[in-house]
Amino acid sequence: MPVRETIDSSSRTKMGFRFDLLVLAVALLSTPALSDLVLTRVDRRVDLTSHIVRIVSTLKVENTGKDSVSEVLLVFPERQAKNLAYLMAASSPGKGKAKASAVNLPVENFNSEGLPPALVAYSVSLPEGGLGKGASLTFDVSAVFTHSLLPFPEKITQADTQLLVFEESAYFLSPYAVKVQSLTVKLPHPRVESYTKLENTKVQGSEIKYGPYENLAPFSYSPIVVHFESNQPFVVARELVREIEVSHWGNVQVTENYNLVHGGSQIKGEFSRLDYQARPHIRGASAFKNLVAKLPPRAHSVYYRDAIGNISTSHLWGDSRKTELEIEPRYPMFGGWRTAFTIGYGLPLQDFLFELDGKRFLNITFGSPINEIIIDTLIVKVVLPEGSRDISVSAPFPVKQWQETKFSHLDVIGRPVIALEKSKVVPELDQYFQVYYKFNSISMFREPMMLISGFFLLFVACIVYVHADLSISKSSASYLAKLQWEEVQSVIQQVDNLVNRCLMVHDKLDASLRDLSRMGDVQACKAARKHADGLLKELSKELKPLLSFLQNSPQAAQILPKVEELVVKERELQDKLMVKHTTVVDCYEKKLSGREIENRIASQQNKITALRQEVDDLLDFIDEL
Amino acid sequence: MVGKSEPSTNGAAAAKSPDLLTSYFSFRALKLKTKQQELLIRVSILCLVYVLAFATRLFSVLRYESMIHEFDPYFNYRTTLFLTEKGFYEFWNWFDSESWYPLGRIIGGTLYPGLMVTAAAMYWGLRFLRFAVHIREVCVLTAPFFASNTTVLAYFFGKEIWDTGAGLVAAALIAICPGYISRSVAGSYDNEGVAIFALLLTFYLFVKAVNTGSLAWGLASALGYFYMVSAWGGYVFIINLIPLYVLVLLITGRYSMRLYVAYNCMYILGMLLAMQIRFVGFQHVQSGEHMAAMGVFFLMQVFYFLDWLKHLLSDAKLFQAFLRMTVTSAVGVGAVALGVGTASGYISPWTGRFYSLLDPTYAKDHIPIIASVSEHQPTAWSSFMFDFQILLFLFPAGLYFCFKRLSDATIFIVMYGLTSMYFAGVMVRLILVATPAVCLISAIAVSATIKNLTLLLRAKTKAPQSVSGKGGSSGKASSKQGSLDQSQPFQKNGATALLFGAFYLLSKYVTHCTWVTSEAYSSPSIVLAARGAHGNRVIFDDYREAYFWLRQNTPPDAKVMSWWDYGYQITAMGNRTVIVDNNTWNNTHIATVGRAMSSYEDEAYEIMKSLDVDYVLVVFGGVTGYSSDDINKFLWMVRIGGGVFPVIKEPDYLVNGEYRVDKGAAPKMLNCLMYKLSYYRFGELTTEYGKPPGYDRARGVEIGNKDIKLEYLEEAFTTSNWIVRIYKVKPPNNRW
Repeated sequence: MPVRETIDSSSRTKMGFRFDLLVLAVALLSTPALSDLVLTRVDRRVDLTSHIVRIVSTLKVENTGKDSVSEVLLVFPERQAKNLAYLMAASSPGKGKAKASAVNLPVENFNSEGLPPALVAYSVSLPEGGLGKGASLTFDVSAVFTHSLLPFPEKITQADTQLLVFEESAYFLSPYAVKVQSLTVKLPHPRVESYTKLENTKVQGSEIKYGPYENLAPFSYSPIVVHFESNQPFVVARELVREIEVSHWGNVQVTENYNLVHGGSQIKGEFSRLDYQARPHIRGASAFKNLVAKLPPRAHSVYYRDAIGNISTSHLWGDSRKTELEIEPRYPMFGGWRTAFTIGYGLPLQDFLFELDGKRFLNITFGSPINEIIIDTLIVKVVLPEGSRDISVSAPFPVKQWQETKFSHLDVIGRPVIALEKSKVVPELDQYFQVYYKFNSISMFREPMMLISGFFLLFVACIVYVHADLSISKSSASYLAKLQWEEVQSVIQQVDNLVNRCLMVHDKLDASLRDLSRMGDVQACKAARKHADGLLKELSKELKPLLSFLQNSPQAAQILPKVEELVVKERELQDKLMVKHTTVVDCYEKKLSGREIENRIASQQNKITALRQEVDDLLDFIDEL
Repeated sequence: MVGKSEPSTNGAAAAKSPDLLTSYFSFRALKLKTKQQELLIRVSILCLVYVLAFATRLFSVLRYESMIHEFDPYFNYRTTLFLTEKGFYEFWNWFDSESWYPLGRIIGGTLYPGLMVTAAAMYWGLRFLRFAVHIREVCVLTAPFFASNTTVLAYFFGKEIWDTGAGLVAAALIAICPGYISRSVAGSYDNEGVAIFALLLTFYLFVKAVNTGSLAWGLASALGYFYMVSAWGGYVFIINLIPLYVLVLLITGRYSMRLYVAYNCMYILGMLLAMQIRFVGFQHVQSGEHMAAMGVFFLMQVFYFLDWLKHLLSDAKLFQAFLRMTVTSAVGVGAVALGVGTASGYISPWTGRFYSLLDPTYAKDHIPIIASVSEHQPTAWSSFMFDFQILLFLFPAGLYFCFKRLSDATIFIVMYGLTSMYFAGVMVRLILVATPAVCLISAIAVSATIKNLTLLLRAKTKAPQSVSGKGGSSGKASSKQGSLDQSQPFQKNGATALLFGAFYLLSKYVTHCTWVTSEAYSSPSIVLAARGAHGNRVIFDDYREAYFWLRQNTPPDAKVMSWWDYGYQITAMGNRTVIVDNNTWNNTHIATVGRAMSSYEDEAYEIMKSLDVDYVLVVFGGVTGYSSDDINKFLWMVRIGGGVFPVIKEPDYLVNGEYRVDKGAAPKMLNCLMYKLSYYRFGELTTEYGKPPGYDRARGVEIGNKDIKLEYLEEAFTTSNWIVRIYKVKPPNNRW
């Protein structure tokens, strides 16, 4: 809300506005001009179509003195200067000539000691050695003011339209004499409640024209007041914190925390949803329902939420040139109502991060992407990757600056944060600024490496835990029993393996028999038999110490009978198989027919199958221990 | 079964047996040892179940957003936030002046801190590991995380009472059981989320202690009990079930030293630890609900003493006489102590909730505030079916298997199952407590059945399979085997059919659970979703709209009066002081609000002035057809208000015992504050095409009083779908 303050205690009009500046103006008339400059023509256009007041003045300045002049002073009453958010001067090339590009003229604060009080002055430096004798120059001054439209009445009901009051001087306030001047006030509607009528005042549609006025002395002042209807969204962010986080993995994450208020006339009395629903444009004309933010192109992962969760009323459109986000606050914003929310989006890194002379720099806009918003305090925080060095900022206007540290995922020393603060921010200040820093690309891999080594250590710890013996008492009975049991288990496992290998030899023997029946190569079959015999002998030799161990171990008492049974059965199976083998080979040598052979070995085969089944069962049983 | 080998393990196994001839490729040699194989399968199944249990609970996050659900979780979230911001001591000594205005509430002494401390510990742990997570995400995911842990616990518990197979099935069943999911979806940040884990942990550790007789397990179960006490008031179930179980073991002659060690260790340590929780305090020795445990404790000592005496006295007759004397005197002393304690007020009587568990009609007659809570209603059959599906049929089968193989552990699970089933029938919310037992017992049924069937199948198929595994000799062998198969021709087929049947049932269970989870249990209930006319999704976010409006556009010290249901949400999301909230500790205060809501506006104004109320919030579903609004809850307000203030009489609001809001409604109903606030200017609104203005879609009638004028209040805010309406209490009129 615009803060009201009093310059002196002179009387007020019925509407409550300060006309005290009249008194000031009278006082100013007596002060002498500062130099020999004369403003030959001043055209001012005041744009009141939004709640941000924009005044564009075209000044034609002429040097009537002898010396050349290098600067021109612009003065504003303190009341206005307090709300001045943006001031820019640009020389405009002459009208008839070919268009030379407009040159920005530097504007600086001017020490206003010589000036009357209650005035704030800025000096515009003129280009190239200033203005010679008799020379003239035309330039544009564009000034943007926040909170310069005061709602009157201050409180309205839901159904009322919002009325605003604007104060200005009909005459251009200047330390120089002005020859010809005019003022145009552009309103959003032709509907105007009242305005100060001076001579030469005209209303044309939604424009009010004052002037032309001729030959006015320096510091001439004639206050005018325009009281008009405006239902433009009165969006004021009391605070906006933008956090721009750079990740060299390809993303610039922007998070904007808004603290918003409707800065217009406050609502009084009931808020009726019924009325608002039925005729939102009449019974809610002063409220705004949505905001439009123009995000950079290729913005992705857009979100819109507040302290208590996601807000589902938003829309997003995008093309190659821009991304447009339309957000609706949770409730329609009536005068004086507040809301707070966060929008966030990711931007592709290559659009904003560049490299120059071994330094990287981030080139990104300063202000908010939301249309026509006044930001009372804007804090921009640029979060650089951990390990960035030599950080410097280049901003197109003076800002308050400090450094912070932020801890995010997998940070050890924290990420350096550059914070920039500026008050009274209007869309005109949405300019690019640069943050320069040095960063070693290897550092990019630090965090993945940390993760990898973290998991690696975890697995190593698991392995160590599984293999380490963590029991406290190494001599307790249960611990020893456990050790013995483990030993027995491993021995049984070995027995198991040996028996399995025996079975495999049996299979090979079977296979040799099949080969025999197919090819009739008796010699090969005999060789296989010999080989198998050797193997089996070896295996039984290996088996012996294991069995004797089991017999001696008390822990194995339970399992021992089964193991012994297994070994016995296997031996039996082996014998039967050998007998069968011999029989078959003999038969072949005697050249008996296949049917004959089958008849002979049929009974043996039955026994073998049964035995094999038993051995398999025993093996499974032992396996399941 | 024999010839199988996983391809991935082939290489490793081949390297182990280098001396095998390469020409001889045998599966048997290449496979992992059966034990290792089984372990691998078991661990991978458990891991999958762990992930599944977590993932299936994320429906709510995917459908809506990562947000806290419902009512109580908002309080838990708010306190967790406080804990992480201010630290434990501040939290422990927190006096909350934002609720129960003007009384306030001592938060540290009136809550179970287990959940908050758990979430905060996880948060700090993650922060320490450099994961910059938000506390909200931790809170949202706490319940699924603990549900996953519960599945692992169910595995171990199943293993302890039956075998590993039953354990695995139990883990899989509990991972997706809707009865448990209903309270543990992501965002359901409530005590139950961790409490079921703690409950099962305590039970498991206690059964383990009973089975081993080890002090270490007894201590562990005491710690588990401590965690449970810190997390949820349902610990009373443990402290009554375990003594009951011990008593049953004593009676059935299963008393053993193991039991003695386990129970004494668990009870003494658990009791001492539980006293550290301020909300519980000395209840273990002072409250009637905890006396059973103490009685059993003393009984055990008597038992042990007698055992010792029996050992000393060799004369049986003498011992008999002594036994009679001791038991009589012990019971006598116990009864006298209980009587004196109760009479002198040292031992507090049972609380209403406890009574209402034993006698379901008790609350209805005596304590309307307990009966009014929807989750305290008796359970309908349909919700059993909804929450358990096939488990409901497997449960008795499992009981049968348990009785067939009776052991200390199975007796425990049987008792847990039966008692919790009874409680689940009394109160809807206690289905949650029954769920682990039902899952475990059903798992026993499933596992035992499938095991029996596969054994049948394997016995038949094994021989031919093991032969065929060895190649060509099968041709000869199978002809011989045929004769064996002939003996029981249908058994194998029957077993196969039954196995397929079981598979079909279990897959039905899975689809049912997933459907229930996604459709019924994943709604945050503060964001409502509906299908629009074109099949698109319409979201009603009115609650948050209203709460955020309160938060932003009312003075920070504004007091909001609403029915207690919304108290926690208003303090957590709206950040404003409330008169009553979901911690229904002061019946009189709630009755005062109920009285204000059911009085005429001028009377209500006096009450609101005396409570410093600035805003009144009502929930109204007439526009959207949202049925759980304040008009439908209104009779409870009348009942609770009337219970304390007899000027409020329920019949005044009814017409012939019927509750209605249309023209035929009772005059007091049509002019009470709640009616006026709900229907203010509603008579001018057309809600449905073809219906007169003022047609209430939630109740399907045209309202009876369309011309409502408010004298002492004014509409301050109504949300876009009219679900929440906020009124400002006007300051008193100037006297001149």
